[in-house]
Amino acid sequence: MKIAHRRRALLAGICALGLLAPLAWTQSRRVYAIRNAKIYTLAGPPIENGTVIVRDGKIAAVGRNVAVPSGAQVINASGLQVYPGLFDSVSLLGLTEIGQVAATVDTTELGDYKPQLLAAVAIHPASEHIPVARANGITHAISAPRGGVISGRASAIHLDGWTVEEMRLEPVVAMVLEWPSLATGSFDFATFTMRRRPFSEVQREYEQKVAELRDWLVRARHYRQALQQGSPAKFERDLKLEALVPVVEGELPVLVLANNERDIRNAIQFCEEEKLKMILGSSAEAWRVKDLLKEKKIPVILRPTQSLPVREDDPYDKPYAAPGELHAAGVKIAFATFNSSDSRTLPYEAAQAVPFGLPWEEALKAITIYPAQMFGLDDRLGTIEMGKIANLVVTDGDPLEITTQFRYVFIQGQPVSTDNRHRQLYEKYRARP
Amino acid sequence: MKRAQRFWPWLAMLALGLSPAQAQDAGTLVIRNATILTVTNGTIRNGSILIRDGKIAAVGRNVRVPEGATVIDATGQYVMPGIIDCHSHIAVDGGVNEGSVAVSSMVAIEDVLDPTDVDIYRDLAGGVTTANVLHGSANPIGGLNAVIKLRWGADARGLLFEGAPPGIKFALGENPKRSNFTPQPGTPRRYPATRMGVMDVIRQAFTEAREYQKRWAEYRRRVAAGEQNLIPPRRDLKLEPLVEILEGKRLVHAHSYRADEILQLIRLAEEFGFKIATFQHVLEGYKVAKEIAAHGAGASTFSDWWAYKVEAYDAIPYNAALMTQRGVVVSINSDSAEEARHLNQEAAKAMKWGGLSETEALKLVTLNPAKQLGIADRVGSIEVGKDADLVLYDKHPLSVYAVVQKVLIDGHVYFDRAQDIARRAELEKEKKELTEKLQRSGEREQPSRPGGRRPGGPPRTGEGVQEDGEVRP
Repeated sequence: MKIAHRRRALLAGICALGLLAPLAWTQSRRVYAIRNAKIYTLAGPPIENGTVIVRDGKIAAVGRNVAVPSGAQVINASGLQVYPGLFDSVSLLGLTEIGQVAATVDTTELGDYKPQLLAAVAIHPASEHIPVARANGITHAISAPRGGVISGRASAIHLDGWTVEEMRLEPVVAMVLEWPSLATGSFDFATFTMRRRPFSEVQREYEQKVAELRDWLVRARHYRQALQQGSPAKFERDLKLEALVPVVEGELPVLVLANNERDIRNAIQFCEEEKLKMILGSSAEAWRVKDLLKEKKIPVILRPTQSLPVREDDPYDKPYAAPGELHAAGVKIAFATFNSSDSRTLPYEAAQAVPFGLPWEEALKAITIYPAQMFGLDDRLGTIEMGKIANLVVTDGDPLEITTQFRYVFIQGQPVSTDNRHRQLYEKYRARP
Repeated sequence: MKRAQRFWPWLAMLALGLSPAQAQDAGTLVIRNATILTVTNGTIRNGSILIRDGKIAAVGRNVRVPEGATVIDATGQYVMPGIIDCHSHIAVDGGVNEGSVAVSSMVAIEDVLDPTDVDIYRDLAGGVTTANVLHGSANPIGGLNAVIKLRWGADARGLLFEGAPPGIKFALGENPKRSNFTPQPGTPRRYPATRMGVMDVIRQAFTEAREYQKRWAEYRRRVAAGEQNLIPPRRDLKLEPLVEILEGKRLVHAHSYRADEILQLIRLAEEFGFKIATFQHVLEGYKVAKEIAAHGAGASTFSDWWAYKVEAYDAIPYNAALMTQRGVVVSINSDSAEEARHLNQEAAKAMKWGGLSETEALKLVTLNPAKQLGIADRVGSIEVGKDADLVLYDKHPLSVYAVVQKVLIDGHVYFDRAQDIARRAELEKEKKELTEKLQRSGEREQPSRPGGRRPGGPPRTGEGVQEDGEVRP
């Protein structure tokens, strides 16, 4: 059934694109050979005229002289290029459909401390955003809950599947922490005005929140001790503290969302004191802290490059140049959209940094292998290497360039449809007499 | 306090490159050895552009360099017409929405232009030379627009695009209904709250405007007939712009999303005998492209934003291409100081989604918005006689890797990337000195504004709330 649907959808997509004659996919064919392509493995130099063999969802072989197994479905990718699938490592995919309709938005639960929440629980596999992102080469993503101080746990998903279980990549990849900001100005959407508050008031609130946060971690450590010392039956199970145990053990990364320099420095100091494994996210001013980030080996997931400078007197191109500066300083970076409907623009956020100093291959790695490394998924994804999950894209050019078309998208070793709501509406209204 | 606040924009202006005086030297200028994307007459390789008195005097492969002319060697570079952003909210001091009333045609953006807004420079550095600065979308009939050139360093009057036809903002759908906005506690909801009401407000207003127009026509007739001691009708500043619309003297830029509301406004305009100049956003324009084309309206849309509200759920990135193919004059706009910095890239998306040609894509951000704003005789292409509003890129501007090197308006260099970079260290030093001086004098440093937003003012970029807290139109 699954295959039949995929086959139908794939045929529809391919026919619509008019890219090649429909191939005879059959249920038994679980082996694919992508031939004659230039393969950017990102684990070594590109392979000209190479072949990738995909078997049972994994990359079975890659190289110049690879034998095509009998029975393999062959895709002649002559003149085309193969890359690892793109990874939107902080997104809202599956958690929101229409921004202004609360009924369709499951990104932000009430309350300030919600470590027990898990994004995968609310991911809507039928979200129209998922095939839209997929059509632009995004094969997997992390959906991260938002709001409060401890927002909940982020989940990594493949962008294909009938159910969230079929989309499963790694249910728990990070604890999301929205670092309490010391910023005095905030935009109030209820009244549509900027609100400015006295620093003393903001500071009092900030200190209280940080103390509360620390208290949660202290309690999680106690809980862990109790767990280790005896059977859980002896005390009341606490789902919140239980979720925090891998955090205080330094096992589960904490994705800390902080934007301005002061907040970033405070967050780094806190995570160091608490011995947390920190990934800095959404960091507009990370470049101001690059040496410290390098020293503490903290990776950074950058907010969209196509942003305005934070401060009025920042150079006009600071958001474009910052990724290159961070890379040059030795900081590991990734790009992410922090969004759902815009997830498809991920390649352009990476591309925008290239002419301003980030080497092209680094930009590509920052949306494939680097974020995989940050979340401990690099043994499974991020490069084209034998044994890894076959999330691949086949393009007619540089995947970071706008006019490039994604000809085939493979997720978990299966060619998936690049059809989506937008193409369907296009076809429907193009046919209007 | 007030003075300290005003200090920062000027410092930023200094920090960002050109002082106003630098943009003043005119004369004869030649751009040589460039790949020239004329938009109207194909691509000229190894071409030159002669600029005299702010106008393009010659274009081609064999342009003689007059003696004494300043020469810009553009070897390896691309020149295209300055980008025209048909929907912008930059350079506005404070709010863009007079949303307290359903018809706010008595207010004008021209009255609140802020030449110190740093977003002017930022967008200029993205190749934008002309912007249609519009009122917000809170009301069915909004305020009057101002078409500006991004002459960074000029005063408010100096920004105005002289001779550009005047325009006005209309708005349909969710925003004028205020359905996505919570009124402040204690304030009643404002009429209209439905699409029926929105159209009713517009029809009522034009019904009044017709009566008003008649009163004045009658008065003028009687004056012309020689009657003495007549009392003129009382002037109505709200209705005057609507009379101008009825007389074809003011362009209507109508914020719209859904196909049905686009069609309703076309029919209403036809009922009153006027024309919609542009549908703005017009995200479902592809559904009624032939009706838009038949009416003769332009369509100014986004490249690929969608799903931020219900009326944007059927938005598709093929919109610009499909409407173009159905004969509509289409532009791609920013509605955002940020998006305006890469409108060339947004145009390229119409090649990917819908298969427009390079020239068709370039037109989306040059000639077509010029036509929509009634200024195509002045700007929008590289042709002899047009204003020398030009952008130099290091790569083809439809590539994501192209970076703006220079921007000229009226033949003056208003942005020069090399110069901007060269001055950064010096200005950093100057900033430090000034900051220290300020601190010594006992005043507290004013915090910089985040993202170019004004304290106390609404966001600069439309007024929708995106799922990530970003602001969308």
